[in-house]
Amino acid sequence: MKEASLTTTSITVAETPTVLYALRRADDALILGHRLSQWCGHAPMLEEDMALTNIGLDLIGQARLLYTYVAELEGGGRDEDSYAYLRDAAQYRNLLLVEQPNGDFAKTIVRQYFYSAFADPYWRAMTASQNATLAAIAAKAEKESAYHLRHASEWVIRLGDGTEESHARAQTAVAELWPFTGELFEADATERELIKEGVAVDPASLRRAWSETIADVIREATLQAPASSWMQTGGRGGRHSEHLGHLLSELQYLQRTYPGARW
Amino acid sequence: MVTGPAPSAGRLGPEDLRELAWRVAAQVVDPEIPVLTIADLGVLRGIDVKDGRVEVTITPTYSGCPAMNMIALEIEVALLSAGITEASIRTVLSPAWTTDWLSEDGRRKLREYGIAPPKPGGGRRLLFGHETIACPRCGSEDTHLLSEFGSTACKALWRCAACQEPFDYFKCH
Repeated sequence: MKEASLTTTSITVAETPTVLYALRRADDALILGHRLSQWCGHAPMLEEDMALTNIGLDLIGQARLLYTYVAELEGGGRDEDSYAYLRDAAQYRNLLLVEQPNGDFAKTIVRQYFYSAFADPYWRAMTASQNATLAAIAAKAEKESAYHLRHASEWVIRLGDGTEESHARAQTAVAELWPFTGELFEADATERELIKEGVAVDPASLRRAWSETIADVIREATLQAPASSWMQTGGRGGRHSEHLGHLLSELQYLQRTYPGARW
Repeated sequence: MVTGPAPSAGRLGPEDLRELAWRVAAQVVDPEIPVLTIADLGVLRGIDVKDGRVEVTITPTYSGCPAMNMIALEIEVALLSAGITEASIRTVLSPAWTTDWLSEDGRRKLREYGIAPPKPGGGRRLLFGHETIACPRCGSEDTHLLSEFGSTACKALWRCAACQEPFDYFKCH
């Protein structure tokens, strides 16, 4: 069996450019999907309980496809589960935005909105990737993201332009999450190489489209975008907020305690 | 009808084996929508035979569709009961599955089952436009979306104002 059957020691991944690229996107999807799964049984109404978990399911599905591809690239007998369950927080490459706690329903919706408004055009652009596997994964993710974006947009408007209470909560969420949106558009040297080769899409090229989508909905929701332009960063390099460690301790508990357990 | 022991697929030529495997695999139903076979859905993409081994190619509907694992298992079991012991399942992502692959027969079966079928040629245009979905029970177009996300990844929840019944709508994808 794999290393998991002998010890709970975390794995390390040889991060070639394509591996790192796929891990970053897989981690975004897994962590956000896991966050949404935490709403199961707790959402404000049954329809939303189903919606949030459905979106979570799509995201975890995208993560599985990407991790499976990483395992293929590594070729060392690992599978999707190895990456999800056996890496420490510092090895996770996700955006800080997606690991932020669920907070109230407004915060979960605004977080989803900021992410989906980026993921939707991003995956659509990635369908033209020179890497056939990534293009195929993008073609599936693109269709799913469109539904996620529509769902989140409608809720941002409903909450912002709703009652005094829902407006205040949505406004607080926008202000709290805003500093995590800058990271969406980052590309380091490794990723810039992939962009040059036509494997990856330059996230910065989507900034204008994202800003316009956000501005339209924020206006319709009678909310205010923060004036501050200061942005938090670090997730892509494994420098995370304390929240990720807590999330992983729950997500990884079983495989870390009973290595290789199957059911 | 099979009355005796499972036929020995091992003696069949490649073309007959391929045909038998297709016939058997095409009868596997979606565990969440049991009126549809995986052939109706367009999930079954192809069968290859090489050196007496059967390879079944399937494609997922949604990335996270939990029915895929079960469908793969059921194909293997169905092939095994038909005497095909040397078989593997391959999942391909490209070209990405679309509701346009749903057969006419499949759309009719969905409607009869109480699920409004997706409109052909839908996709993004319909997604962000205004959708008119006919109630699968009474046919009225006086219907409203209750929730974008329904009982499974592929469905939305609607309600008919004419007959007052809620119904599932198979989303365009």
